[in-house]
Amino acid sequence: MHIPDGFLDARTIAAASALSVAGIVYAVRDARKQLTPSRVPLVGLSAAFIFAAQMLNFPVAAGTSGHLVGGVLAAVLLGPNAALLAITAVLIVQCLVFADGGILALGANIFNMGIVCAGGGYILYRSIDRMASKVVSPRTALLFAVALAAWGATVLASITCAGQLAWSGIAPWRATFTAMAGVHALIGIGEAVITTLIIAAVSRVQPGLIFGVAGKGRPLTQTQPTRPILTGLLVLAGLALFVSPFACRWPDGLERVASVMGFETHTQNLPALPSPMADYKVPGVHSAPLATILAGTAGAATVFTGLWLTSRLSLRRSQRAINVSGTVDPTA
Amino acid sequence: MHVHILDTYSHLKSPVHRVPAALKLCIALAVVITASLLPATRPAILLGFIVPTAFVLLLVAAASQIPGPFLLRKMIFLEPLALGAALLALLKPHGGIAFAMLAARSTLCLFTMILLANTTPFSEILKVFRRLRVPAILLTTLALMYRYLYVLLDESRRMTRARACRTFKGGRAMSWTNSASVASQLVVRSSARANRTYAAMCARGWQ
Repeated sequence: MHIPDGFLDARTIAAASALSVAGIVYAVRDARKQLTPSRVPLVGLSAAFIFAAQMLNFPVAAGTSGHLVGGVLAAVLLGPNAALLAITAVLIVQCLVFADGGILALGANIFNMGIVCAGGGYILYRSIDRMASKVVSPRTALLFAVALAAWGATVLASITCAGQLAWSGIAPWRATFTAMAGVHALIGIGEAVITTLIIAAVSRVQPGLIFGVAGKGRPLTQTQPTRPILTGLLVLAGLALFVSPFACRWPDGLERVASVMGFETHTQNLPALPSPMADYKVPGVHSAPLATILAGTAGAATVFTGLWLTSRLSLRRSQRAINVSGTVDPTA
Repeated sequence: MHVHILDTYSHLKSPVHRVPAALKLCIALAVVITASLLPATRPAILLGFIVPTAFVLLLVAAASQIPGPFLLRKMIFLEPLALGAALLALLKPHGGIAFAMLAARSTLCLFTMILLANTTPFSEILKVFRRLRVPAILLTTLALMYRYLYVLLDESRRMTRARACRTFKGGRAMSWTNSASVASQLVVRSSARANRTYAAMCARGWQ
């Protein structure tokens, strides 16, 4: 999903670069505090490993390119902030040594693969791991979380990538979304299988390499709980910026309804207009872009909360089925 | 260690290679920015920029002494990635012109970056980054990553050779689990080697 040069417009480049720079500045500050000197080589090594994995790069019909992204792999091994540094290094070298991925599109690429895929993937992985480890053995929970997070993060990153391409007016949102998300739903399966197999083998051979996991002989407990709040905020901001302007055109049914009700002229205006829609407003906010961003953030937050609640409830139900003794932790 | 498998030609000594890295980076950026921000809806302006620039870049490529077939192979390898995204433009009304403009624009950007990459050693680019006050930790990651790429390549070659010695046939017959355990072994073994490299670097005064 490396976006080449010449596809993004100034607005998208500026927005994506701003988000990426914020993420990198935070990651650098965090790494200065947290990264012990002995882990510094591991960041470089993981970056090299991801680089090698990404070399298996094949063009995807209507997207850009498909390959192992390795964001979740890096995040599980290094934690979200060091993973962002590693992915940034990978993308800079790919851009400046191999001309893969544009130099102006670097911000967008770092955002999609470093912040959304690695950072967002880390959040997915941690929350699934925390919930699942109450039900199944820690190792199964870890692998289950890695697999789901790898798939989800790849698809999520492809969606923000599609949003950026559509935002730049390259192609209609429906085309970019279908192409990118459809293809990456498949690529994500490969990504999940490879990431899980590698993490499974690493956790067996040298569990100390995994971020926040104690060394060999000790149980797989999290020793360094980090709260990637800023990463989460950046991911949400990106979704709100790049995806939400198109959000109301997601379901085909909605357009059908609009045309039946006689709003065709309105909907026909939309594809040509990359700017946010006027009727997608938050009361009391008069600037249209701001309103869309607020609405998008609220929508993304709602979706995330909904997903979280659903998985929590379903897990608690299965937990009750397993824990016959009835020691259900209400804060689980 | 197999040096320069990745950037084969960036260590030549042509006039183009002797130009300071910072200047080359600036020129490449200027070309890419101009090409990217010119409106694609007005072919005349865009082509008026792209055609002369492409001509100049071809002259630069000739002066750089990089073999033509190598550059051509690079272009052929990377071009589909750019064209894939441009294909999406065909879905728009009057997409033909937009597609041609996007393809021309991204091809020019691609060629510029390929030239930059193959006339500038990565260590020179790192020096420019250092002067630009890029955070030290990011520089270290970049430098170590570039160095470890070779460690990784060497280690994977060693493992491939070892596997080839012990099995009759590798490749397709190997199951996914098998390749994953090889990959994770690669991570573990290279991390041990990387730690030794890092210790050696520290012993020689690396900060």
